[in-house]
Amino acid sequence: MINDVGVSYGRVPALQDISLATSCGNRVALIGPNGAGKSTLLKAIAGLVPRQTGTIQWRGSAVKRWSHEFAYLPQREEVDWDFPITVRGLVEMGRFPHLGLWKRYSSGDDDAVERALQTLGITDLHDRQICELSGGQQQRAFLARALAQEAHVLLLDEPFTGLDLNASESLARLLASLSEEGRLILASHHDLESAPQLFNECLLLNHTQLDFGPTTQVLTPQSITRAFTSDRPDPDN
Amino acid sequence: MLDPFQDPFFQRALLAGLLIGFTNGFFSGFVVLRRTALSVSALSHTMLPGIALGILITGTLTQVNAFIGALTAALFVGLGSVVVSRSSRVSQGTALAILYTTAFALGVAVLQYLRSYGDLSHWLFGDIRLVSSSDLWLAFVIGSIILLASCVFFRPLLLTLFESSVAAAQGVNVRAMNYLLFGMLILALVTSLQAVGCVLSVGLLVAPGATLSLLTNRTSLLFWGGGLVGALGSVLALLLAYWIDIPAGPAIVIVLGTLFLLAFLLSPKYGLLTRIRSSS
Repeated sequence: MINDVGVSYGRVPALQDISLATSCGNRVALIGPNGAGKSTLLKAIAGLVPRQTGTIQWRGSAVKRWSHEFAYLPQREEVDWDFPITVRGLVEMGRFPHLGLWKRYSSGDDDAVERALQTLGITDLHDRQICELSGGQQQRAFLARALAQEAHVLLLDEPFTGLDLNASESLARLLASLSEEGRLILASHHDLESAPQLFNECLLLNHTQLDFGPTTQVLTPQSITRAFTSDRPDPDN
Repeated sequence: MLDPFQDPFFQRALLAGLLIGFTNGFFSGFVVLRRTALSVSALSHTMLPGIALGILITGTLTQVNAFIGALTAALFVGLGSVVVSRSSRVSQGTALAILYTTAFALGVAVLQYLRSYGDLSHWLFGDIRLVSSSDLWLAFVIGSIILLASCVFFRPLLLTLFESSVAAAQGVNVRAMNYLLFGMLILALVTSLQAVGCVLSVGLLVAPGATLSLLTNRTSLLFWGGGLVGALGSVLALLLAYWIDIPAGPAIVIVLGTLFLLAFLLSPKYGLLTRIRSSS
């Protein structure tokens, strides 16, 4: 449950009055024009940017800044792909929130990493450097990290951008199966045509919430026109 | 051939080379991951006026003086570059370059009044053969602190370097981790001063990690392997320096630079020749 969330960069409000209630098993698309605040909302939910207003409730209690059940997958250009880390090393990072500073990396952690690699079908790639993967494989490596973290809410920033047709179809199947297993998926998405097949719920926004509900009901020609032509709110008002 | 090992000066230099080479080589993993080799260069030059002023003010040279002087000068130059860039149209890189060269020049000017603490070339290029027992102890203590802190905080440091915003969201105190890295860097620079001097210390603090980054994708190997390259490279350099009679500090940096070039050309996976061969 997201109540009245707002984010500002300095005096400029990037996002205001976002409220929605959804539940596990759903796939929610965040749709709006470039700069509408889709990524900002995902980052605000993930705790990567501070929320000026509003609350986020998860399993009945308020999330102060971050929950280890939330995992954020950044846009491709935000990742330092030359960082010398293997796929396994990346997925192992998903165990850090459970290990803290002191706990030893145990066989249980190793099992969680193995399961995540298997679920995402990237066990064979475990020794590869992350920059040696294709776009689809990179998405899978980050999703595997989220699974190793035992995250239930997956916050994906433009996950389909830059993927070829095969990789997109494969990622769509994967997200469908992850949500069927009970995970909640929130993803920013820019392709209006594919949105109804990929996501069952949709938040239409342009700095502020325009509509939220089943994708087919929200994405009407009128609402799309409204979202993609409305101006950003004036910071002085 | 084994002659040098009988010489007590050489024995101490060897031990210092192992300790300082390992510590700096290990820490070079962080420098490579952070992509801050040029800032390290600026800081290493900045140490000179810091230490010189420390001696001038207190009238004596101790390890603590050296550390505090180096830290103060590094903070002045580092923060000064931020202030200048934020309050003018000059970029931070430009401001840093001006401030650190000015500070370095100031250090060179002040050092002529401190001749009893060694001549200029000793400060600039070090002399590991003159290392004292207390220097060895300092190298050991600083090395232990750096290794211990790096191992204890390895997870938050790694996360901070890879995705600082995710690290912050997970409750990692990113600012504290950055201060920790800065503090460890100054400590590593202070130890390398005796071995290679402030001009060449960048080589010891960058080359081992950079060499390993061409040989492995395993993050932990970048550190431990970097330590090994730093330590063994320093020992090899000391032997070479003894046999062909060249100064030890430059020898260390020449050997480490050569190892980097070899990895650049011959690395089984990322070497230039390997890639040329596989593309033809």
